[in-house]
Amino acid sequence: MAGGIRPFRINVPDEALVDLRHRIRATRWPERETVADESQGVQLATIQELARYWATDYNWRKVEARLNALPQFMTEIDGVDIHFIHVRSKRDHALPLIVTHGWPGSVIEQLKIIDPLTNPTATGGSESDAFHLVIPSMPGYGFSGKPTTTGWDPSRIASAWVVLMKRLGYKQFVAQGGDWGSPVSNEMAKLGAPELLGIHVNLPGTIPPDIAKALQAGDPPPPGLSADEKRACDQLRVLFAKRRAYALVMGTRPQTLYGLADSPVDLAAWMIDHGDGWSQPAGPVTSAVLGRTINGHRAGELTRDDVLDNITLYWLTNTGVSSGRLYWENKVSLYNAANVSIPAAITVFPGENYQAPRSWAERAYHKLIYFNEVDKGGHFAAWEQPQLFSEEVRAGFRPLRKSI
Amino acid sequence: MNYSEKQTAPDTTAIRPFHFIALEAELTELRKRISATRWPERETVSDQSQGPQLATMQKLAHYWATEYDWRKVEARLNAFPNFVTQIDGLDIHFIHVRSKQKNALPLIVTHGWPGSVIEQLKIIHPLTNPTARGVSAADAFDLVIPSMPGYGFSGKPTTTGWGPAQIARAWVVLMKRLGYTKFVAQGGDWGAIIVDLMAAQGHPELLGIHSNMPGVFSADIDKAALAGAPAPAGLSVDEKLAYERLAFVYAKGIGYGYQMGLRPQTLYGIADSPVGIAGYFLDHDARSLAMISRAFDGQPEGLTLDDILDNVTLTWLTNTFISGARLYWECLENKVSFFGVKGVSIPVAVSVFPDELYPAPRSWAEQAYPNLIHYNKVEKGGHFAAWEQPKLFVEEVRAGFKSLRTS
Repeated sequence: MAGGIRPFRINVPDEALVDLRHRIRATRWPERETVADESQGVQLATIQELARYWATDYNWRKVEARLNALPQFMTEIDGVDIHFIHVRSKRDHALPLIVTHGWPGSVIEQLKIIDPLTNPTATGGSESDAFHLVIPSMPGYGFSGKPTTTGWDPSRIASAWVVLMKRLGYKQFVAQGGDWGSPVSNEMAKLGAPELLGIHVNLPGTIPPDIAKALQAGDPPPPGLSADEKRACDQLRVLFAKRRAYALVMGTRPQTLYGLADSPVDLAAWMIDHGDGWSQPAGPVTSAVLGRTINGHRAGELTRDDVLDNITLYWLTNTGVSSGRLYWENKVSLYNAANVSIPAAITVFPGENYQAPRSWAERAYHKLIYFNEVDKGGHFAAWEQPQLFSEEVRAGFRPLRKSI
Repeated sequence: MNYSEKQTAPDTTAIRPFHFIALEAELTELRKRISATRWPERETVSDQSQGPQLATMQKLAHYWATEYDWRKVEARLNAFPNFVTQIDGLDIHFIHVRSKQKNALPLIVTHGWPGSVIEQLKIIHPLTNPTARGVSAADAFDLVIPSMPGYGFSGKPTTTGWGPAQIARAWVVLMKRLGYTKFVAQGGDWGAIIVDLMAAQGHPELLGIHSNMPGVFSADIDKAALAGAPAPAGLSVDEKLAYERLAFVYAKGIGYGYQMGLRPQTLYGIADSPVGIAGYFLDHDARSLAMISRAFDGQPEGLTLDDILDNVTLTWLTNTFISGARLYWECLENKVSFFGVKGVSIPVAVSVFPDELYPAPRSWAEQAYPNLIHYNKVEKGGHFAAWEQPKLFVEEVRAGFKSLRTS
C-alpha cells in the first residue's frame, strides 16, 4: 500500500544458496587470457580462486544477519517498492542524511559507515557530527522492486528520495553519494526542494563544457590548463577509452546480458571488472579478492567476503540485468559539470576514476562549501576507507549544521 | 600427430584431414544447461531497443533444448572436405572444395563475428559447381573456407599477436600451401577487414578482393561519426545516409565490440551460459536482430532457426566465444580501424546489401578502392549476406570476379 512503511527482513531460502553453489561448481570455463596482466579483463586465475571460495567456505548468512540486525523497511514510491535501512542516531538533533550507492554497489557498501555516522563519539568523533541515516536500494537493485516501465533515470530516483525523506518525517536533510549516488545527489539538488540543505559527492561531475567537447571529439584539450586540470584530462581520456565498455553495453543493450542471470561467475566477473582510477578491475577490489596487496593498491577495510556479499546479493535478487537498465535510462554525462547551486561538499579520493580539480569543482558546484583531497581510498570509498569517509562526510556537512 | 621412430621433426606444413563428432554427453549437457537457465525479468520496453527480448530468447531456448538437432549440420560439415594445417604455430581449420571445372578461380572466403564456416555452407555448391545450376563453367571457383584463429575448429592462440593483419598473412600462406599461385579473396564483417588488409599487404598472388562490408570511411568522417557529430557539410544523399548509419552503430550498436575489444576475458558467462552466448550472438546489430526475431516468430527469411542455432552451438561446443572475442582486443590494441579506408590499390569488387550496418556509397567506394572493378547495390539482404541470401551473394561474387579471370 502506497505511503505505508513496512518493516522488512531478509530470509533467503536454503535452496537458493544450494543452487548458487551448485552453479558455481558447474561453471564451464574458457581458457586463460593471452596476456600476463589484466589488460583483457578479469584474469582466469583470479576469478577461479574467488569461485572456489564462493562455492565452499563463503557464508551468505553472515551478512544476512548483519543486515537483519539493522532496521530495514519497504515503502512504495512512484509505483516501485523501495527498500531502505533507517538508523536514527541517539542524538535527537542529528542531521538526517540519505546515502545512495552506485553500480556495482548496494547498501552493503554503506554498512561500515553506519556506526561512525550515527554514533560518532564511539569512533572518536564529536556528538555534534551525528547523523540520522537513510540508506536506500535504488530501483532495480538489491531488495528494491524492479521497474517494469521506462523512465527511472537519476532524476526520477532523486524525486523518489525526496519523497522518502519527507515520508520519514524529515523537514531538513542532506544527501551523499558516490558513483551513481553522485548524479542522484546532483539531481536532488536541482529539484530545488527546500528540505535539502546540501549534498556531498565523491564522484563529482565537473568537466567544463569546452573540455568535454574536446574529449568527445578526441581532440587535444585547450591550452593553458593547470597541472591538476591536465592530469584530470589524461585520466578521463583513459577512462573513456578503456574502462567504460561495461557502461556502453548496459547503456545500449542491457537485455542482451542474459548470462548475468544465468551464470554466477559471469555476474561476479562483470561486477568485479568495474575499474577505478588506478586500474581495472579496481585495485582494492583485486587485492581484497586475492587477500594480498596487488600492484600496491591496498584493500583498506574491503575484504573478500565484502565483495562476495555484494555479488551474492545481486545474484539472489537477480538484479544483474535490472541494475544495468539505469545506464540505459540515463541521458546525461555523469562527469560533465553538474551545475549545482545549493551547498555542496566534495571529497576527492586518490583512486577515484578521475581526480576532480578544485578549479573545475568550483565552476560546477556554485556553492562549494567544502573541498578536500585525501590520501587514501579509491572508487568504493565508503567500502574501502569507512573511517576516513565518515570523517569527510562529517567535515563536509559541518558548515550546514548552523542552519538547523 | 605420429612421429616416426627416428624422431624426425614433424612436418608442420602437413595438411591433415579433419572431421568433428560432438560427444553425445556434450549435447545432453548443453540441453540440460539450457533447460536450467535462470532468466532475468523482461525488458521495460515493448521492442528490441534494450536487446533481444525475453520472449524471443525463451522461444529460442525452448526449441534449442527440445527439437534442435546438432547432428544435421555436423553431417553437412563432415560431408565437405575439412582439413587442419599449422600456420605460425597455430592449427588452422578449413574446408577446401576443388571445382571439377578446369581453370576454376581459387577463392578464400572469410567469416566474421558472430560467425563461422557455417555461414558459408550454402554458397559452396553454387560457387564450385555452377553448371549444376545452369551457370557457365567459366564462373567456377575452387573454394577455401577457413575458421579464423580462436573460432570454430581452429586452434586458440595462447599469446597475443593474432590480429587481422596476421590472419591476412596466414591466409596467403594457406593458399600457397594448397598450391595456388594466384587467387582472390572474399569477406564480410571481419572477413572484409581481413581481405582489405590482404590487399594492402601487396601479395603478388592476390588478384583482387570482394567485400560486402567495405572499409570506405575516411579517417575524418570515421572520427566525426565516432564522436556523434552531425553529418559534415557537403555530403551527397548516399554519403549522408551512410554517415548517419555509421554514427548510429557507434552510438547504439557497438557496445559488444568495445566489451570484447577491451575486456574479452571478463565475459565468463559466455563460456558458462548457452543462453548467454545466444543473447550476444543475436544482438550483432539491430536489423539482424529484427530479422532473426522474425525467424523465431515463424517468418524465416534467409535465416532459419536451425541456421542460427547451428552457429551458436558450434561456438558452445568448441568453447570459442572468448577466444573469438580476443580478435576485437587484438584489433583495438593494434589500432586497426573497423570501417576505415585501408590503402587498397588492387582490384576490388563491392556488393552493397541494403540491411548491412551501412550502405557504402559508390563515391566513397571509388575513393577507398581506386581500382574498383565492380559495384552493385543488391535489392535485399543484410549483414550476414552469404548466409541469408546465398543466391544473390553468389551472383555478386561471380560478377565481381569475372573480369579477373583473363589474368
